[in-house]
Amino acid sequence: MVNRVVVGAHYGLRGWLVQRMSAVVMTVYALVFAAAFAAARPADHAAWKALFAPGWMRFATLLFFASLFLHAWVGMRDILMDYVKPAGLRLALEVLVILALVGCAGWAVQILWRT
Amino acid sequence: MPDAALKKNRPLWYNLSLLNLPLPGVVSILHRISGALLFLFSAWLLYLLDGSLASPERYAAVAATLAHPLAKLVLLGLLWAFLHHLCAGVRYLFLDLHKGVDLPTARLTAGLVFGVSLALTALLVALLLW
Repeated sequence: MVNRVVVGAHYGLRGWLVQRMSAVVMTVYALVFAAAFAAARPADHAAWKALFAPGWMRFATLLFFASLFLHAWVGMRDILMDYVKPAGLRLALEVLVILALVGCAGWAVQILWRT
Repeated sequence: MPDAALKKNRPLWYNLSLLNLPLPGVVSILHRISGALLFLFSAWLLYLLDGSLASPERYAAVAATLAHPLAKLVLLGLLWAFLHHLCAGVRYLFLDLHKGVDLPTARLTAGLVFGVSLALTALLVALLLW
């Protein structure tokens, strides 16, 4: 018999907080991007590229992607915990989600800083 | 002694599908579905962003891809998914702060989530996609 002391007062609090903080960052970015897009109204490749050229825009977009991938991880983990009961399958899917998100994060950095 | 027929007619399980899911419940399940959709299509969207920024030739190729009606339909769906997820998410942030938790307000804001996200989708589609 295992004598477990229940100390679950903050189990999951970190994920909960990450989900909400990243949501706020992405909401602010969506408004900033919408304003920048409306101001520039890019109609061709040069103008579209110029939109992402300023350092602050790359910085903001990087923060957006970092928030997006953290947010997606918490959300997908919640979904997998709710619907996928076999532990082995759930672990496999969780690993796949992590691999996909880390890969996409690297790809996003490469897209933003390619000259 | 309980009536035998009455006992026999007692439900063994409760059929939840007979109940109407209230509007805040519809917002909730669509929040989850839209989030999953956005995750599943995130690689495609990143691929489009990659191409659109890479070179004028690949920008033209992305534009040609997005000119296809099927691509427009998928993009329309993802735009709605994003806006619904955003609006419902803002509502949840207020609920976390114990704002609007009483039933009439919660129902009203659930309706607002649908109204605002659908109106924004229509507006952005009119401005950008067509």
